[in-house]
Amino acid sequence: MTAAHTLVVEDLELGYGGRTVVESLDLVVPPAKITCIVGANACGKSTLLRSMSRLLAPRSGHVLLDGKDVHRLPAKQLARTLGLLPQSPIAPEGIVVADLVGRGRHPHQRVLSRWSREDDAAVADALAATHTTELAERHVDELSGGQRQRVWIAMALAQQTDVLLLDEPTTFLDVSHQIEVLDLLTDLNRSRGTTIVMVLHDLNLAARYADYLVAIAAGDVYAAGDPSDVLTTETVRAVFGLDSHVISDPVSGKPLMLPLGRHHVAEGATV
Amino acid sequence: MTATLDTSTSGTDTVAANRVRRGRRRRGIIAVLVVLVAAAFAASLMFGKTFYPPSDVMRVILGEDVPGASFTVGTLRIPRTVLAVVAGICFGLGGVTFQTMLRNPLASPDIIGISSGASAAAAFAIIVLSLGGSQVSAVAIVAGLAVAVLIYALSFRNGVAGTRLILIGIGIAAMLDSLTSYLLSTAATWDLQETTRWLTGSLNGTTWTATVPVLVALAVFGPVLLGQTRNLSMLQLGDDTAQALGVRVERTRIVLIIAAVGLIAFATAAAGPIAFVAFLSGPIAARIVGPGTSLVVPAALVGALLVLVADFCGQYAFGTRYPVGVVTGVLGAPYLVYLIIRSNRSGGSL
Repeated sequence: MTAAHTLVVEDLELGYGGRTVVESLDLVVPPAKITCIVGANACGKSTLLRSMSRLLAPRSGHVLLDGKDVHRLPAKQLARTLGLLPQSPIAPEGIVVADLVGRGRHPHQRVLSRWSREDDAAVADALAATHTTELAERHVDELSGGQRQRVWIAMALAQQTDVLLLDEPTTFLDVSHQIEVLDLLTDLNRSRGTTIVMVLHDLNLAARYADYLVAIAAGDVYAAGDPSDVLTTETVRAVFGLDSHVISDPVSGKPLMLPLGRHHVAEGATV
Repeated sequence: MTATLDTSTSGTDTVAANRVRRGRRRRGIIAVLVVLVAAAFAASLMFGKTFYPPSDVMRVILGEDVPGASFTVGTLRIPRTVLAVVAGICFGLGGVTFQTMLRNPLASPDIIGISSGASAAAAFAIIVLSLGGSQVSAVAIVAGLAVAVLIYALSFRNGVAGTRLILIGIGIAAMLDSLTSYLLSTAATWDLQETTRWLTGSLNGTTWTATVPVLVALAVFGPVLLGQTRNLSMLQLGDDTAQALGVRVERTRIVLIIAAVGLIAFATAAAGPIAFVAFLSGPIAARIVGPGTSLVVPAALVGALLVLVADFCGQYAFGTRYPVGVVTGVLGAPYLVYLIIRSNRSGGSL
């Protein structure tokens, strides 16, 4: 399974209409690791993820999966190696969890092919991995936000791709569910070697869960590498325009950013 | 690429068993619908002002000469009933395709102006250009496609938003309907029945010349739609997710639109825009089979059943004979009002 795929972004330029969002961006995603992309609102991080999963064609440059341009690969072939969970996927009204997860099998099926034993096994496996087996026959509409997000991840797992991109998978979730989702993705990465790339807006959670942290500012990579090297007061100032202290997280040993706002800052704690 | 799975086989068995159970229920419902359509079809051939027993009907179908029945059943009832079934299937398929693709029950071709476009063009071709038969169908399908493209283009702004498309479509439908009314007012010699055909749809005076092109259209576009059923279901997840799962979204959408508009336009050219059949079939099918599975085949059968039953009721249930579109209109209008009220409550997004 741990066929380490390479995902490389080369000199990428992206934009919508007349607006350029990303300019000459280069990024090498480390195989079989968890990469977190952080940055201020509208810095281009989601746009970058969209282009890496070929939802957005680049104006110039390439996204190369195992050396091949993702924008030229046949759609289904790409979808067997690289999966994406968008920020707000839509569940068809009234669909049952198992059916929704089963939709993830699409790239493995032909137009007229029957549902195979392998498809059922993939669905069962995805349900088990996301602890949603008990929810399998429930309607997606009835689920809580945290349960629903696990179901969406189950759908992406049923796709059985070695590379999985996720756009803010923890948005709208309360803190316990955020941790649950990130732990789940870490399990997936550790047990199967799945390369995970996700956009996260919580800098501290990103630093805790990332093997490789990418900070984006103004449409380009400001810093990338081990979270301890990337998450510094300089990075926070450059990327978010915010003064901060960065300490070692007593729980994880990873860097922890403490923002310095205008209020509630103890004397002596300023920059 | 395939993962080595450590799932217990029992988990897989449960998933498979539940999937099979849901599929069995769905197939059972489809079988019941098929039986109902067949029964309504047979009843429409037998019953009427004069009753003909099944034996007479069978002999007419086999080409024997049966006094009375050969004309009443062979010339009047068979082409009319076949058109009812085929047009119903076409409207049902076209409607559910648009509703599923745009994720909105209001996005049916008869609400957003595609049927109105085909209808106005057919009226124009007949009244002004004095065309007939397949030429009328051709004009209707071109107009239906043109309206579809127009609505798509007018509502396109960083992708197509459902609500904007529907509002623009309703506006265009109103304009085209007034055009049809105007055309009909200039056609002084046309009787009331022809008027209703192009405004609400009617099967009165159906002959094989009208029925055959619709049959051909169904034979061509029907399989195309059925071949896209899985992709259509994937589009329900949103364009991004569908594409991430390997669906070529734009290509799928174009194929679906051409096939659906083709079905609607041919059926409209023959029977008029039978009011609300395209609009009602999908939601009724969803109620029967339950949402969350593909509605394409059930909606086609519901469409056929609706037209058959409505036409039969229109002809014989009341003192006066009403065209089929009047009956389906009476059914559909309250549902349209209900949907609009509901969409207002939920803040405009259905």
